[in-house]
Amino acid sequence: MTHAAKPAARPLSPHLQVYRLPLAALTSIFHRITGIGLTLGIPLLVWWVASAAYGSEAYAAATGFINSPIGYLLLFGFSVALFFHLCNGIRHLFWDAGMNFEVAETKRTNVMVIVATIALTVVSWFLALV
Amino acid sequence: MFASSNLRSALGRARGLGSAKEGLHHWWAQRLTALALIPLTVWFVASLIGLAGAGYDEFILWLENPVNATAMILFLAVALHHAQLGIQVVLEDYVSGHALRTTGVVVVKFVCVGLAAFGIVSTLIVAVGV
Repeated sequence: MTHAAKPAARPLSPHLQVYRLPLAALTSIFHRITGIGLTLGIPLLVWWVASAAYGSEAYAAATGFINSPIGYLLLFGFSVALFFHLCNGIRHLFWDAGMNFEVAETKRTNVMVIVATIALTVVSWFLALV
Repeated sequence: MFASSNLRSALGRARGLGSAKEGLHHWWAQRLTALALIPLTVWFVASLIGLAGAGYDEFILWLENPVNATAMILFLAVALHHAQLGIQVVLEDYVSGHALRTTGVVVVKFVCVGLAAFGIVSTLIVAVGV
């Protein structure tokens, strides 16, 4: 029945507010955030498609909003979210297949996802606007 | 081992406990919709780039194409199914109240099915030219 006077020094679990999230954790939470964001974007897509069924005036109203500064800002945000969610989602599918679990591979695919997201966003907007 | 006051068999007591055995279906549906969304997203982004600045007539002509109409219907159905599954997981992870969580999951499911139906019917109206 003899106990040590003080409990052994155990490592403290990192607290979210003082713990700098590693890149893998940031891409993980960003996957959720972009997923929620893209879900919120689907009504805009449905509005655009459905407006065509109502005729040219409704279509002009929908594209008028999309072509406004707010529309372009939303569209840019959705494009970044879509490309990130697509690239990181492919990474998740590889993980689900039991591949690329090593820390070095995770660090490598972190960078691949971010670089691919930026590249796809830049190339898409270049092709669309030029 | 078991209390003699309970006449139910060990099997009878165990039945109905444990998982609801439905998690695997959700997991598979999320992965298969993700897989299907890879080519559909490539088509969607390529189409948006091609349609940048398109007027009403050009958009109608594009959506009248059977391949585009089919892809749009599949994209709406699969993306909304994937979104519903994803938002459900987010709600189940972060909303602790049982009533609020279940209500949220059901409302999101209804909204997603409604948006998909509206988008698909609109696509068909344009494509078939009712």
